[in-house]
Amino acid sequence: MARAVAGRQWGSNRTSAAVSRYSAGMTSVGTNVARKDGMDRATGAAKYADDLRFPGMLVGRTVRSTIARGRVTGVTLDFDPAGFTVVDHRDIPGENTIALIEKDQPCLVNGVVRHAAEPILLLAHESRDALIGANVRIDYEREEPLFDPERSEQVFKHILIENGSLDRGFARAEVVVEGTYTTGAQEHVYIETNGVIAVPERGGMALYGSLQCPYYVLKALKALLGAAVKDIRVVQTETGGGFGGKEEYPSVIAAHACLLALKSGRPVKILYDRGEDMVATTKRHPSIVRHKTGLTRDGKLTAMQVDVLMDGGAYCTLSPVVLSRGVIHAAGPYRCANTRIEGRVVMTNTPPNGAFRGFGAPQTQFAMEVHMDRISETLGIDPVTLRLRNALKPGDTTATGQKLGPDTSAVEVLKEAVRRTSFKRKRAKLAGSGRGIGLALFYHGAGFTGSGEVMLGSRAGLETTPNGVRILVANTEIGQGTRTMLSQIVADVMGVAYENVDIAQADTSVVPDSGPTVASRTCMVVGGLLERCAKQMREQLKGVSPAEHHARHGRLHVETQYEAPPGREWNDKTYRGDAYATYAWGCDVAELAVDPVTHEVSVAKFTAVQEFGRPIHPAMAQGQIEGGSGQGIGWALLEHVVMRDGAMANAQLTNYVIPTTLDTPPMDVVMLENHFPGGPFGAKGVGELPIDGPAPAVVNALRHAGLDVRAIPATPEALAAAPRLAPSRSGDAA
Amino acid sequence: MKFTLNGAPRELDAHPLKRLLDVLREDCGLTGTKEGCGEGECGACTVLVDGEPVVSCLMPCAQAEGCDVITIEGLAGNHPLQRAMMREVGAQCGICTPGVILAARGLVEAARRPTLERVREALAGNLCRCTGYEAIHRAVLSAHAELHGPSAKSAAPVPAEEAGA
Amino acid sequence: MRTATAPFTLRRARTLDAALKILHEEPGTVPLAGCTDVYVALEFGGTPGSRYLDLTRLSALKRITTSGEKLVIGALATYTELQKSRFVRARLPMLVEAARLVGGVQIQNMGTVGGNLANGSPAGDTLPVFAVADADVVLAGPDGERRVPFNAFYTGYRKSVRRPDELIVAVEVPPVIGKQWFRKVGTRAAQAISKVVFAGVRGLETRLALGSVAPTVVRLPNTEMVLNGGGSIDEALRALADEIQPIDDLRSTAAYRRGVAANLVRQFWSATA
Repeated sequence: MARAVAGRQWGSNRTSAAVSRYSAGMTSVGTNVARKDGMDRATGAAKYADDLRFPGMLVGRTVRSTIARGRVTGVTLDFDPAGFTVVDHRDIPGENTIALIEKDQPCLVNGVVRHAAEPILLLAHESRDALIGANVRIDYEREEPLFDPERSEQVFKHILIENGSLDRGFARAEVVVEGTYTTGAQEHVYIETNGVIAVPERGGMALYGSLQCPYYVLKALKALLGAAVKDIRVVQTETGGGFGGKEEYPSVIAAHACLLALKSGRPVKILYDRGEDMVATTKRHPSIVRHKTGLTRDGKLTAMQVDVLMDGGAYCTLSPVVLSRGVIHAAGPYRCANTRIEGRVVMTNTPPNGAFRGFGAPQTQFAMEVHMDRISETLGIDPVTLRLRNALKPGDTTATGQKLGPDTSAVEVLKEAVRRTSFKRKRAKLAGSGRGIGLALFYHGAGFTGSGEVMLGSRAGLETTPNGVRILVANTEIGQGTRTMLSQIVADVMGVAYENVDIAQADTSVVPDSGPTVASRTCMVVGGLLERCAKQMREQLKGVSPAEHHARHGRLHVETQYEAPPGREWNDKTYRGDAYATYAWGCDVAELAVDPVTHEVSVAKFTAVQEFGRPIHPAMAQGQIEGGSGQGIGWALLEHVVMRDGAMANAQLTNYVIPTTLDTPPMDVVMLENHFPGGPFGAKGVGELPIDGPAPAVVNALRHAGLDVRAIPATPEALAAAPRLAPSRSGDAA
Repeated sequence: MKFTLNGAPRELDAHPLKRLLDVLREDCGLTGTKEGCGEGECGACTVLVDGEPVVSCLMPCAQAEGCDVITIEGLAGNHPLQRAMMREVGAQCGICTPGVILAARGLVEAARRPTLERVREALAGNLCRCTGYEAIHRAVLSAHAELHGPSAKSAAPVPAEEAGA
Repeated sequence: MRTATAPFTLRRARTLDAALKILHEEPGTVPLAGCTDVYVALEFGGTPGSRYLDLTRLSALKRITTSGEKLVIGALATYTELQKSRFVRARLPMLVEAARLVGGVQIQNMGTVGGNLANGSPAGDTLPVFAVADADVVLAGPDGERRVPFNAFYTGYRKSVRRPDELIVAVEVPPVIGKQWFRKVGTRAAQAISKVVFAGVRGLETRLALGSVAPTVVRLPNTEMVLNGGGSIDEALRALADEIQPIDDLRSTAAYRRGVAANLVRQFWSATA
């Protein structure tokens, strides 16, 4: 059962026991301690990639394909080569690949071009101006590119999830509702673009950069550089936003910088300008999702058939995992005995798509939630009642056969959102007024899917210092508060002050591989690892403070490795079992008005009710919800990637617009608590949940306002052309 | 090129068309001012020139000749807005923060208590991708209250003045 | 930045005469004021020129004054200064609105009226205002000053009658009789380029102008004629359809612009009734 943070409770004995188990010894967790890095940010002292300089540093530039598909037939260097380092695929000592899930993506083009902006040649020089002036001509033999994912026959991954029997389910259905829903690509627009510096050092190489996952980069560099470079270390610099856009992509820019540094023997910085970053780096996978749903006349789901198609771009990158999360969440937080979800992610000749906060779940839950409102319109059952009738409860089984426990709050978040926004009253009052109110109910699995965490085998460490204790993990601060949050957990478990805990910079030569900073896992999984680590260290300290122990005995170091909690099973081939350790739950409500003159949408108010176990740092958690909601609203209404000839044509911030202060609504955030025993102090993950709800909540509000919208971005141009919904369909029967 | 930088006189040899942003970061070694887009859209490069926020990525350094330029380093870390940004967690990744602080400084220092709408307008030229702006607005209003007291008079319309006679 | 500016030159003029001399003797020199357009072009690899002339020292051009009945706006007046000027606020509130919406505060502090005119984008936010105000553009050149009616200033997409050795020094606005109305439809609520931008004056004589629906800002003489002749708004909108040629571009579509332009005229008509 869930209870609200600000003192309102409705709890079971189970929850009370969980609370009291944690509350003893909690001095930092659950409070808004000062961020470890707050002052550096407020004073401009924080050093991001472009703020660093190394002696003898060169600047790098990437020469990219201007065609979407074909072969390179000639490369002509039309400049004075003095002072230039030039690298092509022949300079790669190891494998010409960006090692990730597959090894299909070359580091540099070797003949074959599969997408516009594919990197062909690298240049470095002391002078940025000389680089700009260097004329390179590439000759191509063009081939016909494929841009339409529906026509693609190259499937990176296919997944089928089946539960019960569709035939039986449709046979029982009294009503069948079908629909197709599409979402567009989304560009991350981290305010700091991608940038790295490769620095040769003592027979090895150091790579400093703006990145989320130093060990991903390390793995890629090892494959690329092979025996040519003995020691490689990857160091994360202060990172100005990631959102998934710096999960796997940095391996590419790091590879390029290292090749130039290897050949020139000098440090090389590559920093993308905004235009290059937008054109060449990953985006959110566009999706087309088809639903066919059977229900009884009183709104109970009997059959759900979902078909998911995602556009992966030219290479595999992380598409299989994006699809995986997408299909697992595709049936929404609902109970249905007969479900069939089939997903494909396919190749097109466009720059590869990749990780973006939510990672497939925003796409499929957009479809599910808009489809639910269309069902609501068709059946004449209001959207709240329809959802209450089908929402997952403790004891229910998901489409993959996972039995849910008390850490399930779909009903609670829905009821609280409805109550708080006076949803039913406004739904009736606003009908037909050009204004609308809409909601979305959603969930998000925390941590890696199924056996993912076991495969990662994350390790986390602690060491004593003269000041107290230092955290050693590869998880990165990218704004979400990693440094602070992990320090709070360790401080309380060790019984030391928050001020006596610090955290090492994420340098692979110093910290163990605690896994990537993705999948809403940093708090639950890595925080959980550190909790165990801290308990072990505390035992070894035998009542002496870590600082004192350090003074007497020198450095004490403890490391722990991830162990799967017992009793959880997942089958990667049949896609059955416990997909995630736990889920976070959310219900968002958007209230908006559509201007009849310009078709512009102004969101008057946005309410987010979210349950993610409990916040470790309430203000930072609220910041995740507010920020993720802002990004979701931008994706729904403003952010339109315009592709021409297979490349982003509107690659400047003037033309790809994200919300400003005046585009962002006031937000009302409610954080419900439902402590999860598998997470530190009961915490789950909150990084991605918030971005799953806003787009369908906004579109459902647009539907309420009378516009038949099934695709995003719902730009004013799209709304001007959107079919109108007759008032009796957009208003709800009782 | 001679100008005043964070209260101290500076003299530099820089190409007159070099962006003020690059002069500050490279010639002056002050990396607190950031480049986010190079097209004046994101506001991360905001500095104060003669007290007014400008985007330094669109300003040739020659135009700063004789001017009073303030960067984030000029606030020396103890401005109420900096403390409020920390208190309210108005900075997540922090890359937009220097620009936001300088763009909001005038509003915070003026006696009249700004409305939330006025705060939004003052910061409409500063993009943030992390926070959804809510915590930034809270920080600005909190800083104003700290500096002037919570009961400072609400903002009235700005009186008209004749320009540049 | 994708343009190497090191090979370029920048001159700075202290007087208008000095500026004009440079423009005359060094053809191809690009005048610079707020740089909010020129530096964006340089950022994306454009090279408007290799010789530049900084005008920001010409303080006389910043003045906003009156001369008899006319409002005289110096070419170097910034958008912030327009909003603060008691003359502009009193006589040309539609210009105050345009200046407020042109972009964020930083852009408002830097960008100038002269720059908006010289850049000549059909999306320029002040342009419909000057078009309906029947303003005059004051040009200074080697042979002295001349005035060009604003509505004769542009000859094509980003082309005007300004000779390369002339500078825009001011815009003179006669009294505007009637209700002024302005609306900009941008790509978002703030810091946005116009997708459609409209200014209208309703008085004994109604005047209408639109930006972003043709290669230049346009007055709508036929639409005005219908309304001034007592015609209905529906008849006027039929005339409007033939006076604009909106296009599809990266920001919007012809269909949207067409529809919204008509809606804006209709909204103006009922709001000023």
